[in-house]
Amino acid sequence: MTSTTLAVTDPRRERLAALGRRAGIRLAGGVLVLWAVATLTFFALRLMPGDPVLAILGGTTGNPSPEAIEAARQEFGLDKPLAVQYVLYLGRLLQGDLGMSYSQHLPVTRVLAEQGGATFELTVAALVLAWLLVLLLTVVTAGRGRLIGGVASLLETVSASLPHFWLGVVLLAVFAFGLRWFPPAGSDSLASLVLPAFSLAIPLAGFIAQVTRESLELTLEQPFVLTARTRGLSDLAVRFKHALRHALLPGVALSGWAIGALISGAVVCEVIFSRKGIGRQLYQAVQLQDLPLVIGISLVVAAGYVLANILVDLLYQWIDPRQQEAAA
Amino acid sequence: MTDLTLGRALTPVRRQRHLSLPPLGASLSILFLLALVLAAVLPGLFTRIDPLAIVPREAFQPPSWAHWLGTDQSGRDIFARIIHGARQSLLIGVAATAISMAIAIALGLLGGLGGARVDRAVGWLLEVLFAFPSLVLALLFVAVFGSGVGPLIVATGLGGAPGYARMVRGQVLAVRNAGYIEAARALGHPTSRIVLRQLLPNAMRPLVVTLTMGVGQAIVWASALSFLGLGARPPAPEWGTMLSMGRDFIANAWWLTFFPGLFIVLTTLATTVTGRYIQQRLEGRLP
Repeated sequence: MTSTTLAVTDPRRERLAALGRRAGIRLAGGVLVLWAVATLTFFALRLMPGDPVLAILGGTTGNPSPEAIEAARQEFGLDKPLAVQYVLYLGRLLQGDLGMSYSQHLPVTRVLAEQGGATFELTVAALVLAWLLVLLLTVVTAGRGRLIGGVASLLETVSASLPHFWLGVVLLAVFAFGLRWFPPAGSDSLASLVLPAFSLAIPLAGFIAQVTRESLELTLEQPFVLTARTRGLSDLAVRFKHALRHALLPGVALSGWAIGALISGAVVCEVIFSRKGIGRQLYQAVQLQDLPLVIGISLVVAAGYVLANILVDLLYQWIDPRQQEAAA
Repeated sequence: MTDLTLGRALTPVRRQRHLSLPPLGASLSILFLLALVLAAVLPGLFTRIDPLAIVPREAFQPPSWAHWLGTDQSGRDIFARIIHGARQSLLIGVAATAISMAIAIALGLLGGLGGARVDRAVGWLLEVLFAFPSLVLALLFVAVFGSGVGPLIVATGLGGAPGYARMVRGQVLAVRNAGYIEAARALGHPTSRIVLRQLLPNAMRPLVVTLTMGVGQAIVWASALSFLGLGARPPAPEWGTMLSMGRDFIANAWWLTFFPGLFIVLTTLATTVTGRYIQQRLEGRLP
C-alpha cells in the first residue's frame, strides 16, 4: 500500500507539500518572534524616563490638573500593576488594537492603514528595480574579461557605498531642481515614485550585484554550461536559461537582509521626498515621543520583515531543490 | 577544450585577482583612511580656517580658491568643517562598532560555549533583534533615551549588534572543537585562559574584515540619524548634520550637501576596499 502510493505521487506535488510544511513551521516560529518583539518593545518603553500620562495629556507643554492625570491613569490602565498592564496590552494586540496616537488623536491602526500602502509600494518598486539593475549589469558583463569586469565591479562597489540620504538629495538636486524631470516631493503620481525608488534601489543593486557577479562567474565555468554551449545555445541563452538560476541563490539569500535595509532606507527617503508612508510617520512619532505610534509602527515593520524573510526562505528552497532535500 | 577547462581549474588564484579592485585602489583607500585619522587628530595640518567662524558677507560662496569646497549659509568654510568633522564622525563610527562588537562577543561566547539550552536562547534573542531593521531599532532607542551624540553612538551600535553576534557565534562554534583548543585543554589550561588566548583570537580573525567595513557602515548609519536631526546638534561640524542643514538650500547651493556626503561615501568606500584587501591577504596566507 505504502509503496504504491509512493510510486504514484507526483514529485512536483511532493515538493509543494514539503514547501507547505516548511512554511507552516516558519510561520509558527514567526508568530513566536513577534510575541517576543511585542514584549521587548513594551518593557523597553516602560523603562523610559518620564510619565506616560503626561505625554498623553499634551506632552511637555500641557499642564493638566491632578484630577485629569488620575482620570487618564485609570482610563489607560496605568494604575494597574505592570504584569496586568502587559496582559491587557497583549489582549488588545490580539484584537488588532494598537491604541491611540498621542500626537494625531487617531487610532494607530488607522494611521497604519492610511500610510502603509505608500511604503509598501516604494519598497517593492525599489526591490524590483534593484533586481532589474543587477540582472542587466551582471548577466551581460560577467566573465567578459578583466577590463569590463573591473569597471563593472568598481561601479558596484561605489553604488554599494552610497548612503540613501545623500543619493536622495543628489538625485533631488539634479533631476527635480536642475532638470525638472520629476516632482521634488509628494506621493500621488507615478513620476513622484521614480526618484525615491532609484535612491533606494541603486545602493541595494550594488550589494546584490557584487555577490551575483561572483557566483555567476563561478557558474559559467561549470561543466553543464560547457554542455549547453556545445549543444549550440547562444551565449545569452546560456547565461539566462542555464547559468542564472544557479547564480541567483546568494543574491536571493541576501534579499531577506535587503528588505530590512530597504525599510531603514524608506524612512530616510520618505523624509527627503516628503512622501506619505510609515517611515516618515515613525520619524515624526520618535520626534514627538508618540509612543503608541512608535510601538505600532515598529511591530508592523517587524511583522512585515519577518514575513518577507519567510517568503525569501521559501523562494530559496523553491529555486534550489537541493536545499529542500537537505532540510527534509 | 579539456586543456582549457583544466587550465582554468588549476588557476583559481587568477580569477580571485581579477574579481577584486587593483592594488591601486587598496593603496589609495589606505592613504585616504590614514589622512582621515590624521585630520581627526590634527585638523590644523589640513586647514587654518576656523570651522565655526561665521562670516555673513561670505555666505553661499561656490567652491573657489579661497574656499575650496565653498561656504555655507553662515559663511563658514565647508572644507574646514569637513576636516574638523572627521574626528567626530570617526569617533562615532569606531565607538559604535566597539559597542556592537562588545554585545556580539558577549552573546556569541554565551551561545557558543554555554551549552545547547543557552545557545537556543541566544539564537532566539538574535532572531527577535533581527526582526527590527537597523534604523528602526536605532529609532526605537532614540525614542526611549532621547537624541544627542551619546544615544546616537549606542543606538548605532545596538542596530549593528545582531549581525555581528550571529557571525561571532558561528565562528565560536567552528573554532570550539579545533585541535589546538583540545590541546590547550589537555595541557590543563583554565577555561578563561583558553577563551582569551586561543578561542577569541582565532574566532575573531575572519571578523577583522567585517570590522573594518563595519566602521564605514556605522559612520553611514550614524550620519543617517544625524541627518534626521536625531544626532549631533547643528553648530557642531558633523558630516550628517551638515548634510541635513544644507538640505534646505539644495535648490540653489548644491555644495552644502554634496561635499559632506562625498566624504561619507569616500570613507565607506575606503573602508570597504581596505577590508577586502585585508581579506585577500588573510585568505592568501591561510591554506
